Amino acid sequence: MSAVADTHNQEHHHGPAKGISRWLLTTNHKDIGSMYLIFSFAMFLLGGSMAMVIRAELFQPGLQIVQPEFFNQMTTMHGLIMVFGAVMPAFVGLANWMLPLMIGAPDMALPRMNNWSFWLLPCAFLILVSTLFMEGGAPNFGWTFYAPLSTTYGPPSTTFFIFAIHIMGVSSIMGAINVIATILNLRAPGMTLMKMPLFVWTWLITAFLLIAVMPVLAGAVTMMLMDINFGTSFFDASGGGDPVLFQHVFWFFGHPEVYIMILPAFGAISHIVPAFSRKPLFGYPSMVYATGAIALLSFLVWAHHMFTVGIPLAGQLFFMYATLLIAVPTGVKVFNWVTTMFRGSLSFEAPMLFAVAFIILFSIGGFSGLMLAIAPADFQYHDTYFVVAHFHYVLVPGAIFGIFASAYFWLPKWTGNMYDETLAKTHFWLSFVGMNLAFFPMHFLGLAGMPRRIPDYALQFADFNMVSSIGAFMFGVTQLLFLFIVVKCARGGEKAPAKPWDGAEGLEWTVPSPAPYHTFTTPPEVK
Amino acid sequence: MADQQQGKRSNSRVIAWCMAGVVGMFAFGFALVPLYDVFCDITGINGKTSGRYEAGTGEQVDENRTVTVQFLASNGPGMTWEFRPVVRSVTVHPGEPMTVNFFASNPTDSNMVGQAVPSLSPSEGTLYFHKTECFCFNQQPLEAGESVEMPLVFIVDPELPEHITKLTLSYTLYDQGKPVEVSGPATADTITNNNG
Repeated sequence: MSAVADTHNQEHHHGPAKGISRWLLTTNHKDIGSMYLIFSFAMFLLGGSMAMVIRAELFQPGLQIVQPEFFNQMTTMHGLIMVFGAVMPAFVGLANWMLPLMIGAPDMALPRMNNWSFWLLPCAFLILVSTLFMEGGAPNFGWTFYAPLSTTYGPPSTTFFIFAIHIMGVSSIMGAINVIATILNLRAPGMTLMKMPLFVWTWLITAFLLIAVMPVLAGAVTMMLMDINFGTSFFDASGGGDPVLFQHVFWFFGHPEVYIMILPAFGAISHIVPAFSRKPLFGYPSMVYATGAIALLSFLVWAHHMFTVGIPLAGQLFFMYATLLIAVPTGVKVFNWVTTMFRGSLSFEAPMLFAVAFIILFSIGGFSGLMLAIAPADFQYHDTYFVVAHFHYVLVPGAIFGIFASAYFWLPKWTGNMYDETLAKTHFWLSFVGMNLAFFPMHFLGLAGMPRRIPDYALQFADFNMVSSIGAFMFGVTQLLFLFIVVKCARGGEKAPAKPWDGAEGLEWTVPSPAPYHTFTTPPEVK
Repeated sequence: MADQQQGKRSNSRVIAWCMAGVVGMFAFGFALVPLYDVFCDITGINGKTSGRYEAGTGEQVDENRTVTVQFLASNGPGMTWEFRPVVRSVTVHPGEPMTVNFFASNPTDSNMVGQAVPSLSPSEGTLYFHKTECFCFNQQPLEAGESVEMPLVFIVDPELPEHITKLTLSYTLYDQGKPVEVSGPATADTITNNNG
């Protein structure tokens, strides 16, 4: 290990370049990982501020702050920015930082492509966000952009939206190819597939999902583009097309996409829970197989998003049972995490707090997913706030808490300093309370029949909506505290040792903190 | 050095395989369009009734059973014609050919072309509803102020599942713009549409 550190100290000319060109031209996986993470946090704040507009409008019944047209733009842009701008780039950032360190590689396999796939993202989101200032406004048809809302009735800016989705897709696909090439070709000698850390496994499977479904999304938006601009009728009934076809194509992408946003979090949690339980992960092989099973099943369940469009009984039963089946591998994972904690010497630093909250709250989101999967019941829940509650429970304490847990877990490795534990715990508890306050009442609103994507509602929903808005403001403001904690940690603090968590396992803890600009120039030997 | 060469080669192999996957899945996205059409044709799940049906000679009329067929007519976005079924519903025996008319009139002062698109509910009955003659097989041009009664001849298949006693046929009429000026006798062909 000292060999690695020494090499770094002697070869200063191999350090990062100076100034802006370091960031524009970098091919270093750590620089690119940092840029992805910073970009994703900026998008998180932007998408979050749109959520604040939504919750402010819904604070009381009646129209107070924004017009319905703008409200629809806010829900649409909030969804698109959070999915494609915040969650996905955050996981790619974690992958860039951690995959080479975890498998003992000097860098990603395709460093120049890595740079390109990052810099496409700001361009894509510049285009997407610029639609807010265009005549006719930003896309207003919901993040699922169902035809004909997005084709016949979409605003003129829809073409820019399509172009932005294309660029994001290219960026994601290049990122996925890079991950696959890195994992398959650059593992340290002795690291067989079944010795890979779980974050590496879950990312490998996620990358395959990305390659399988991002092109289908690109196809869907290309068909929209042709329907809007070139007179085709893929989704236009008057020309022989079918709007329901759009929903099939979209959800063929859309369902694997939700696993793209959660599998890397599963991987990270599988590192954090053992580290703070001071026990090895329970059931490593079953974790790997469960991840694979979830990925395969994700291709067979898309129509559970569209039970109400008129699917024959046999189809409803198939998609219902296939969806319920996903609970089995997911349950395996949850039980493995719980068993890992069982009789461990637990300690609850910030990463562990987020990880435990992840397990509990993600399970709640999973259970409401099972309720939605039951076809006869779905007719009651469809397009209500119950759906909103469900997917925010899997995405906020699922994907987002997974990212916070990872950030606190690896911040000492990235910055070389310990973060402020007291502030981090405050961040956790405020997020935890705010998030539950914001999203739990939405279950009741949905069951009582409040439809989603409306700026105004009937009086009987007023109290729950006010509670929900207060929770959302609390959660939103709390994230500024996270920004403060990270900046404070990057600027200084208690120096972190190479392995700040005594129970942590893995190659990333064998390099010094902060991780030198170049690591594992000589591959380590894995026994 | 040899190792690096090896690494380079296998990187390009991974890229090639991944790109093949990307191109394949992009093509698959588009292949879903015809696949969906074929699937719906076989199963009838999207309620799109099929094209012209050639009535066989030996059709058995099932006198013991009656099926109510209801008709709906509505206009697509921007369509200004008056469009309605002449009768709202008929009761037929399976196997018996039945003729009904739909009324359409163009109240505007410009010549227009309309296209009716059918949809049958419940979709389970789609495969058992046969049209031997339908105005929806072709586009319908109407001059300014002109009106027309458009015929539909259909047969409900005697194989229709027992539990279906009522079928609803809904037409949506879409504006297809101004009539195309075509010289020569090819007009009928050019406006044929396989909407079924």
